[in-house]
Amino acid sequence: MAEETEKRTGAYAQLAWAMIKTGILGYGGGPSVIPLIRYEAVTHYKWMNDDEFGEVLAIANALPGPIATKMGAYLGYRLKGVVGAAVGVLAHILPSCIAMIALLSAVQYLSESPVVQGMIGAVTPVIAVMLGEMAYQFGEKAVKGLGVALGIVFFGLSFALLQVIHLHPALVIALFLAYGAFHYRASAWFKRRRQEATGSNGNNDGDGDNSDNSGK
Amino acid sequence: MDLINLIVGFFLANVLGYGGGPASIPLMYQEIVNHYRWTTDHEFSNILALGNALPGPIATKIAAFVGYDVSGLAGALAALAATVVPSAAALIVLLKALQRFRQSDAVKGMTLLVQPVIAVMMLLLTYEMGESSIHHIGLWQSLGIAAVAFWAMIVKKIHPALVIVAAFAYGGIVLPLV
Repeated sequence: MAEETEKRTGAYAQLAWAMIKTGILGYGGGPSVIPLIRYEAVTHYKWMNDDEFGEVLAIANALPGPIATKMGAYLGYRLKGVVGAAVGVLAHILPSCIAMIALLSAVQYLSESPVVQGMIGAVTPVIAVMLGEMAYQFGEKAVKGLGVALGIVFFGLSFALLQVIHLHPALVIALFLAYGAFHYRASAWFKRRRQEATGSNGNNDGDGDNSDNSGK
Repeated sequence: MDLINLIVGFFLANVLGYGGGPASIPLMYQEIVNHYRWTTDHEFSNILALGNALPGPIATKIAAFVGYDVSGLAGALAALAATVVPSAAALIVLLKALQRFRQSDAVKGMTLLVQPVIAVMMLLLTYEMGESSIHHIGLWQSLGIAAVAFWAMIVKKIHPALVIVAAFAYGGIVLPLV
């Protein structure tokens, strides 16, 4: 019974500590916090895997509002329900909110302070490296799941939509989610068509007969 | 009365604020300075300046201060709730709905297909951060810090928090002297 209680408070304490850390170290706006939260949730505490994190991130990006609090709330909710969600959010924002209220009289000094500017300047490349690592790992997963050819197609498409046409990220994500829902059905259909086109011996499902995979 | 205005004002500013932190700032300006006149234009600038000097999401920092200024602790809580709760609740509800169909091909396909988009988005952010860094502290410092950060976090698998604190120390102590 005591052990159970300890495990329960353990989860709250870990969640709060993780979110406090990301709330204090998250300089440079919303995007900077994403790799930090990912590190805590996926790598450090292993509360979820990258697949799930990617999904949460995508849908969170498709909604309005601050990204960090959305992610923190979901993380907390997943661990400990509504109370967890509240803990996740509050732990993240309280330090900076309290600092805001307490420090406004010192604002002129602080915002122009070379110390603060130096801190922000030095941490930016660190965050860039974390974002780059995340880009690489998600790229790897995409290629693993889609294959190189299709992977490159979708990378190119994402880039074109986001950077060339400047479509809103929420819209791009919505488009990919919509296609994603049909992706497996579509690729199964393509595979079938290709087998039919090359005659009935292109079947690579290893069972040696010529039936297709219908009935799935 | 003030509490209700805080809730409505911050709710509107954030529910329409698509695209993250910076997107909600003009909306908050509209509500705080123009609509409800909770602060002057100059005061808002100061709040924004301090907000940018501190860590954490900009929207909650502004909500906390303005809410507190208008109505004390209750005001701060009201403004924060209006900022955070709607989108957090929406996210949780949507993801729960998705969980039910977790095993289906449709959800698996969705999980897979967001990966290239996220990869590209993160890549674009990496580039922007890089640009910002070079603009702020120059090319060589940026590359130097990035190289050390890469070695520390990716090769040596040191906890990012430690690397960030080290960067803060370097930036706060060494850079101002340069």
